[in-house]
Amino acid sequence: MTASWRTGESLENRPSVSDRSSTPEARRRADRARRLRRGLPGLGLVAPAAIVYGVFVLSPLVATIQYSFYDWNGITPGTWTGLDNYARLFTDKELFGSIVNAFQLILYFSVVPVTFGLIAAALIRKFGASRLAMVSRTVLFLPQVIPLVAAGIMWTWLMARDGAVNQFLRLIGLGGVTRSWLGDFNTALPAVGVIGAWVSLGLCMLLLLAGMTKIDPALFEAARLDGAGAIREFTAVTLPAVRQELGVAITITVISALRSFDIIYISTQGGPGNSTLVPGLEIYYLAFFQRAIGQASALAVALTIVVLAVVLPLNRLARGKEDS
Amino acid sequence: MKTSARELWTGRTLLVFVMLITIVPFISLFVTALHAPGTYPAGLAWPEQPHWENFVNAFQAAKMGKLLQSSFLIELGVVPAAVLISTLAGFALGHLKVPFSRTIFIVFVLGLTLPFEGIIVPLYYQIRSYGLLNTQWAIILPLLGLFMPFAVMWMRAHFVNMPVDLSEAARVDGASTWQLFWRIHVPLSMPAISSLAILLFLWTWNQFLLAIVLVDDPTKRTMAGALGAFQGQWGTDIPMLCAGSLLILTPTLLVFLAFQRQFVAALLQGAVKG
Repeated sequence: MTASWRTGESLENRPSVSDRSSTPEARRRADRARRLRRGLPGLGLVAPAAIVYGVFVLSPLVATIQYSFYDWNGITPGTWTGLDNYARLFTDKELFGSIVNAFQLILYFSVVPVTFGLIAAALIRKFGASRLAMVSRTVLFLPQVIPLVAAGIMWTWLMARDGAVNQFLRLIGLGGVTRSWLGDFNTALPAVGVIGAWVSLGLCMLLLLAGMTKIDPALFEAARLDGAGAIREFTAVTLPAVRQELGVAITITVISALRSFDIIYISTQGGPGNSTLVPGLEIYYLAFFQRAIGQASALAVALTIVVLAVVLPLNRLARGKEDS
Repeated sequence: MKTSARELWTGRTLLVFVMLITIVPFISLFVTALHAPGTYPAGLAWPEQPHWENFVNAFQAAKMGKLLQSSFLIELGVVPAAVLISTLAGFALGHLKVPFSRTIFIVFVLGLTLPFEGIIVPLYYQIRSYGLLNTQWAIILPLLGLFMPFAVMWMRAHFVNMPVDLSEAARVDGASTWQLFWRIHVPLSMPAISSLAILLFLWTWNQFLLAIVLVDDPTKRTMAGALGAFQGQWGTDIPMLCAGSLLILTPTLLVFLAFQRQFVAALLQGAVKG
């Protein structure tokens, strides 16, 4: 390999014949050819990454799109059904419900931890360098480090009928509301949401805190001198300054809500009924248990499009500051 | 800048509160793991007699030795290769003048938001056609591809900021592209490379979907995948389940505590760049 790159080098160093030609057209063409030649070894460096990406991501992606137009059980040859699988995403209650659930999860996986993280970070900012804050960085990252499956197992137990959550509620005199949180039709989705919020809260807070510590302290001082209170200071100074971090926190938590799988697989398997069924889980069930490969693929394509459609505008918001 | 004592105390209380919320599930897991096996402990309570032997039993029941071996095998297959090829690609796309580099980069970036669920179905048939279902390769190969968007973007972002003068000076001294890469850029890029390695290590270790779909045998899975199977098997024996979960968590926690500074930095940067 090394040898071929060396050859590439020597080619570009050798003045080519066309370089000396006088017409501008010929020189331009020679220039382009030389640039391409000089770039070829570079393309060779990209190749391994491009190949694994092509074989294990792009080609399955194309196959997913292809499958989505067929009725196929994975064994016998499939039959072309056009857009039927896509139509069913809207008409079938279970399929459509899974998408609705994913959007509802955004409230818990994203809105709750980002809002709370923002408020907490603004309050903590003032002693961001203290010992307590340093310890908190380690502690608050724990949920990010452990597998989501483990978070699911912990919380399934915490929210069980005899779990610590109910124990605490009884302690503060709310024994009346105790229930099996993950087993109740009305509370299962919020309960799953709590697990997601727990996982993201620390990351959101530390991300926003990192953004806030970069703000020039003089800005806060100026705001205070102008008579701004804590709230005015927050909206006028802090919030605009962490716009990028805020965009990032919202983006990653929204993605985690839309493509949630691990937590729900472990804690509720989509139940009770279909009250916590999400697209990721439904794809898994359809493809590997009900052998409805085409339908699973259509849902997979839809999920991919939904994630893109939600994330791209958010990303623009986050990057906006860099561009200006 | 002066801040009122009240503000300071509100902040501190809140921080302690958030830390408590974060830590209580871990404590609950630990305390529950010490109860008599097969019992149904009531919430957070220290057992009258701690059953430390639960951990030994869970170690055997979960086949922890085999699990660790499998997880490390998968890590070995994924992390060095993924870091190497993404560094090469990031170097070429960020630092060399490669034709079509913008187009190539955009194709990689498109994969960033792709949910794994979006391609898991064809991936299953693809891996099956290679005859690799139920082997560690079934997790290693797809992960290599799936990590590329992030890894290439990460390394490219790093190499874009490396001064061009540096490479030009090396070129003048007669360095080839290959030498330029290994002798100059790799040593200078160690912080970015090691952060990437930490993130990929963690994401491989915690990979769940690929493990449960492509590998039936829990002892050939990642740690997270094995934990899923362990829950299926011991879901009714709460203390045993907690002890097993805790054991499966321990290696990650140890690695995290040992490299916590790098971890926190990598995760924060990773979030911003991703």
